[in-house]
Amino acid sequence: MVDILFYGTVNSVTFALIAVGFTLVYGVSRLPNFAHGAIYVLVGFMTWSFVNDLNLNYLLAILISLCISSLLGAAIYRLVLIRLRGLPTSEIIASFAFGLIILEGLRLQGIGGFKGFIGPFYVLPSFIDAKIRVAGMLIDAQRLIIIGGGLAVVITLWLFTHYTKIGLSLRAIAQDEQAAMMLGVDSDRVAMISLSIGSALAGLAAVIILPLGNVTAEAGYRVLIYALAVCIIGGLGSWGGAILASFVLGFAMIVSTSLFGAVWESVVLVGTIILILIFKPSGLLGKQKELEERV
Amino acid sequence: MTTTEDKRQERLDRGIKVRTEGLYALTSWREMGYLLAPRAFLIFGLLLLPLLVDSYWQRVLCIAGVYALLALSFDFLAEYVGLVCLGGAFFVGCGGYTAGLLNHYLGWSPFFTIPIATVIGAVISTLILLPCLRLRGVYFAIVSFMFPLLIVNIIIALNIFGGTEGISALATLPNIWFDQYLIFAAVIIALFVMRRLVNEDIGLIFRSIKDNDQAVRASGISITLYKTKAVFIASLMGCFGGAYLSHQYGWLGISLFAMDFSILPIAATVMGGAGTLVGPVLGAFMLTPLSEALRGFGQLRVVLYCLILMGFIVYKPEGIMNYLQRKYHQFEHWKEV
Repeated sequence: MVDILFYGTVNSVTFALIAVGFTLVYGVSRLPNFAHGAIYVLVGFMTWSFVNDLNLNYLLAILISLCISSLLGAAIYRLVLIRLRGLPTSEIIASFAFGLIILEGLRLQGIGGFKGFIGPFYVLPSFIDAKIRVAGMLIDAQRLIIIGGGLAVVITLWLFTHYTKIGLSLRAIAQDEQAAMMLGVDSDRVAMISLSIGSALAGLAAVIILPLGNVTAEAGYRVLIYALAVCIIGGLGSWGGAILASFVLGFAMIVSTSLFGAVWESVVLVGTIILILIFKPSGLLGKQKELEERV
Repeated sequence: MTTTEDKRQERLDRGIKVRTEGLYALTSWREMGYLLAPRAFLIFGLLLLPLLVDSYWQRVLCIAGVYALLALSFDFLAEYVGLVCLGGAFFVGCGGYTAGLLNHYLGWSPFFTIPIATVIGAVISTLILLPCLRLRGVYFAIVSFMFPLLIVNIIIALNIFGGTEGISALATLPNIWFDQYLIFAAVIIALFVMRRLVNEDIGLIFRSIKDNDQAVRASGISITLYKTKAVFIASLMGCFGGAYLSHQYGWLGISLFAMDFSILPIAATVMGGAGTLVGPVLGAFMLTPLSEALRGFGQLRVVLYCLILMGFIVYKPEGIMNYLQRKYHQFEHWKEV
């Protein structure tokens, strides 16, 4: 019972970490960033390369790859999405294509001596390699770090969006783009900032979560699916909904795994999404009252 | 010397066009020929193509035909109904598995399994997508994108239908020529049926669902019913492609749900010209051989067609066919302002 509670919480926080970047971008600028999973994986591989090929300090490596990922997010907006705003289909296709270029590019072999990141050899070290005994069970420190990191991210984001000028302008655009533009908030700049923060958050999620397993390019698709699942269930663009949904999904998965076995994980995921769509089409805390009003 | 700022481009439709799209007033055989030439060129081009290449490239052309059907169904759903379906692989998988299983367990010949799987697969995929049909735009795209990946997980998890190994030794079609002309006939028929369909009354309803579904509801038409019909029509094409593929390979497996079947048709549609129906078909026949030629480079081909996709969507969003149609049907000249 205690372990379901604990692992459920870890799983839920993992979902929340993965989804928070996606939902931030969508909530602020209505841009579905389908390159989210790719950036997550890319940061994992970059950090690994910096540590193992360039022998950088682990923390420094993380910092550099986070900076690169946020620049990449800004680049996606500046180079591609800015030309496509307001065309949802094109936004999805273009950002998904961008993500695929990154993900499949990571697996390219034999071009310029690049070996391609294939196979289970890429493991990020955990921050503290220790196990702690709590209430009669062994817990890795990394899982506690996930919970702590998730909390820290949510609190920082809340403070950022409520007390800094940039954060407030993000919320302003999210609430009413035209009114915000009249008050001198540059919509394009805010969208670029939101994408770069969102990408950095994807990267942060990667460096916090990935030490639990190994880094593979295939994980990018799964991460994207998780992020999308959380956002659909919570209601696209709703931050509170995303966190609630990640707890619903996280516990649903852990409970079903312990009851029926791990193979049912994905079935639970689809089942939950379909049930939510049937009974509450706009998601748990979606702002839209009627589905027909949705994009 | 005048610069472009002093001039504007004037476009005039050719005289044979009467007010709306697809309605022409013809007064001579020459004008008739003018309309028939591109159509005849396409049909005879497709029919002659297999005669010009060797048997390896004939196989590639068969696959290109499947991609053309998928691109057609994507274009129809996205541009005429407003449902952006990122899960074309889902249709292929449903059709392919239905045909393969009928052949493997009941021993039916491909001549029965392909048509039956086309219909049954389409019914199955429509039923599975039914709860999501209330969604639009981004939401539908997201959910449809997840389905093929999750079905793969379910097949692996339950270890049904051959699990990860798949089922091999299915009956194959008689010979490569039959393969080739079957899929080309299907592409041509599908193309002209779809072109006719979108200009019928039902096509009008589809398009108005895309433009303003509330107005359609206000007219007393059930949008869910029509979206279901549209998805059924689109999945017929995808399922035929899948059923055909599993008999062509003589094998079925989870790679029928592979991402390629979702992405390449989209790239073909964007490249060929969204909304023209014929553009996506041409796009598929250009992209598939290209990606086949790059097979030696492994993942490079995915990267390459994603780059093509992005290049077109950002710099030439109208696509090849819209551009050509404009050049063909309109006079353009520069006029002093």
